[in-house]
Amino acid sequence: MPEMTLIEAVRQALDEELARDERVLVIGEDVGRRGGVFRATQGLLEKYGEERVIDSPLAEASIVGVGVGAALYGMRPVCEIQFADFIHMAFNQVVNEAARMCYRSNGEWTLPMVIRAPYGGGIGGGIYHSQSVEAFYAHVPGLKVVIPSNPKDAKGLLKAAIRDPNPVMFFEPKKGYRLIRGEVPEGDYSVPIGPAHVSREGTDLSVFAYGMMHHYALQAAAQAGAEGISVEVVDLRTLLPVDRQSILASVRKTGKALIVHEDNLTGGYGAEVAAILAEEAFGDLDAPVMRLCAPDVPGIPFSHAMQEWVMPNPQKILGAIRRLARF
Amino acid sequence: MPTPITMPKLGESIVEGTVARWIKTEGDAVQEYEPILEVDSDKVVAEVPSPAAGTLLRILAREGQSVPTGSVIGWVGAPGEAVPGDETGEPAGAKPPAPAQAVRAGRDRELGFISPVVARMAAEYNLDLRLVKGSGEGGRITKKDVQAYLDAQKTNGGPQPWELPADGDLFRPRELDSAAPKPPEPPTLDDPAQDRLLPLDPMRRAIAEHMAMSMRTAPHVTTVMEADLTRVTEHRRANLEVFARDGAHLTYTAYVVAAVAAGLKAFPLVNSSWSDAGILLHRRMHIGLAVSLEEQGLVVPVIRDADGLSLLGIARAVNDLAARARTRRLRADEASGGTFTITNHGVGGSLFATPVINQPQCGILGVGAIQKRVVVIDDMLAVRPMVYLSFTFDHRVVDGYTADGFLRTVVKALEGW
Repeated sequence: MPEMTLIEAVRQALDEELARDERVLVIGEDVGRRGGVFRATQGLLEKYGEERVIDSPLAEASIVGVGVGAALYGMRPVCEIQFADFIHMAFNQVVNEAARMCYRSNGEWTLPMVIRAPYGGGIGGGIYHSQSVEAFYAHVPGLKVVIPSNPKDAKGLLKAAIRDPNPVMFFEPKKGYRLIRGEVPEGDYSVPIGPAHVSREGTDLSVFAYGMMHHYALQAAAQAGAEGISVEVVDLRTLLPVDRQSILASVRKTGKALIVHEDNLTGGYGAEVAAILAEEAFGDLDAPVMRLCAPDVPGIPFSHAMQEWVMPNPQKILGAIRRLARF
Repeated sequence: MPTPITMPKLGESIVEGTVARWIKTEGDAVQEYEPILEVDSDKVVAEVPSPAAGTLLRILAREGQSVPTGSVIGWVGAPGEAVPGDETGEPAGAKPPAPAQAVRAGRDRELGFISPVVARMAAEYNLDLRLVKGSGEGGRITKKDVQAYLDAQKTNGGPQPWELPADGDLFRPRELDSAAPKPPEPPTLDDPAQDRLLPLDPMRRAIAEHMAMSMRTAPHVTTVMEADLTRVTEHRRANLEVFARDGAHLTYTAYVVAAVAAGLKAFPLVNSSWSDAGILLHRRMHIGLAVSLEEQGLVVPVIRDADGLSLLGIARAVNDLAARARTRRLRADEASGGTFTITNHGVGGSLFATPVINQPQCGILGVGAIQKRVVVIDDMLAVRPMVYLSFTFDHRVVDGYTADGFLRTVVKALEGW
C-alpha cells in the first residue's frame, strides 16, 4: 500500500471521484488556478476544466448556496470552505437549506453535496484560521458530520461523503494535513459514514477523540502503555450520526472514559459523548467521565506560548490518562 | 428509622477498633457530625462523628470493648424510637451487620466513593464490599478490585455459606467476615496466684505481629559507627533560642533526620523496599520516627518529604508529630507510608542496639545515648560528645558496602555540621 499524507489522500479522493462521476464538481475560493491554499485541489483544474473546478468569489454563503442549487439540479458538488472559520457566513445555507431539504420535501428531493473545511488550531493561525466548528453542525439533524484522523479514512470517508445522497460536513484537521502520514489502500474503496473505529485496544480506560486529537491520543496511549496503563482509543470519525454502540461497548469494557477535543469545553461535542455515557452506561462507570478540551476562550491565540496553553497535546492527554487511571 | 453508628475503619489493614470513651450517653441529643465517641485503633485515637442528627438511642459496645470494623456499636434516631434488635433480645454489641447490604453509588461513609459499576457488581454478586480491598485513589474500591475479588473467590471455591451446620443462625460467623484469626486458647496458668494473663490491646498485638513478621521476612544485619557531635552540640546551643523564637524546640533528633536525608540522597538504594519483582526505589523520603509511649508501646509518625525541609522545618515536624503521638492524636495516615525509620533508643540510656526493620523499608537507624567520652584526635586525648549510630539493614536489598557508605555519610553530615 502506498504511504501518503492526509492532504494527498483528500486530493486523490477528489481526483478519483471527479474522474468516476461527471456530476461531481468542486467549488471554492482558490480551488482552481491556485490549487487550493492547502493544495487539496492541485492539478484538478487542468484535468477537469473550469466547469467542474470552479474558483468562487470570496463569499461563503454563495459557495454553499450554489452547491445547494447544483445538487438540486442533479450535480454532486464538493464545496470547499477555505478555513472552517469562514463557514459562519454560510450557516444559513447549511442549516436552513441544505440540512432540511430532504425532510422539507418529504424525501422527494435529496441534496447530495459535501462541504469540506479545514479546521483546528496549533498552526499559528490565530483567531481567524484555527477554529473548530464541528459542535455547531453536530447539533443539526439532517446533516452528517465527518472528521477523518488519517489518510486512509480521509480518502475513504470523502468518497463515501461524495456518494452520499444528502449533505455531509467534512472537516479536515489541517494541522495533520502534512504531519499525519499513513498507508492508503490501492484502488477504489470507501469507508462507511457512521461507525467509529477502535484504533487501539485496551482495558483500563477509553479515550474518545477525532481528527488531530485522535492522532495525539494514540501517542499518549502508547506512552501510557509503556507505563503499564492499558488505554483503549476510539476514533469517532463520524460525529453525526453518532456511533453509540461503539462508545458504549468500549466503556462497558473499561469503565472509564476520557473525551478529548480541541474545540472548547462548554457545549462541545464531548458533552454529547458524556451524556450518552451518563444515560446509557451509568451502571458501567467506574469513574466520572472526564473531558480534556480547549478552555473556554473566545479564540485560539496567535502567540505561540498562549496557543500551546490552549491546545490539548499528547502530554496533556497523558496527564489526564494518568489521573483517570489512578482514580 | 434509626441510623446505626458503626466502628470506623481507621486505616488500611485495620480490622478492629476499641471503644475508648463515649462522649455522649444514651438519651443525649446529638447533631450530625458532632463527635459522639472516641475509638482506639492500634495506633491512634479518633473521634467518631454522629452519622445523623437526633438522640443517641442505644450504646451497644461498652468502653474498652473491641469490635470488628463495620460493626454496629450504637444507634441514633428520634427520641423513643425503637432500635432494631431490641425486640429479639439479641446480645448487645460486637455483632457485624448483615453482609451485602445494598450499597448505593456515591460517597459511602465507610468505603469511600462507590462508583456506579462497583455498586452494580456488588448487588449482582451479593458482595459485601467491606471484604474487597480498594486500590483506587484514597483507597477507593475500583471495578478491577471487585473483579479481582470475584476471581479470587472463584478459585477459592466461593465464600462459605452463611449458615454453617454448627450455628444455624442467619448471620455470618464473625471469623468469615474478616481474615482475623481465631482467638487462640488462653494458656493455662500453673499457679493463678503467681501468674497473671495480660490481655493484648490492639497496639500490643500490632507491634507483636509486625516485629515477628519483619524478623521472618528480612535478613537483618546491623552495623555500628560512632559520631562526634561537637559541632552539632555547639550549633544547637547557639540556635536553641533562635528556634524557640520561631516556636520550635530544637532537638538532636532534628539533626539526625537531616543527616539521614543526606545519607539517603547519597545512597538512594537505602530508601527502598524489597519486592520479589524487584527493589522498589522511593524517590520521596518519608522518614519515620519511633516514639515511645512507654509501657503502652510505640508509634512511628512519619515526616513526609524530609529532604525538602530546613532544620527549622524538621524541628517543627518532630515536635508536632512526637507530641501528638504521645497524646495519641495522630491521624491514621500520619503513622504510615514511611520509607525509612529512625529510633531513638538512646533516650533510655542504651548505647547501641540492633533495631528491627519497620517493614517494608530497607533500613532503620538506631541512635544511642550521647555521652562525653575520651577519644583520640591527632594522637591526643580529647573529651567529646559521642554517639553510637546503629544501622540495621535488609541484606536482601543492600550489602555492607552500601550500608556502611550510607552510615558514613550520616556520620560525616553530623560531624561536619
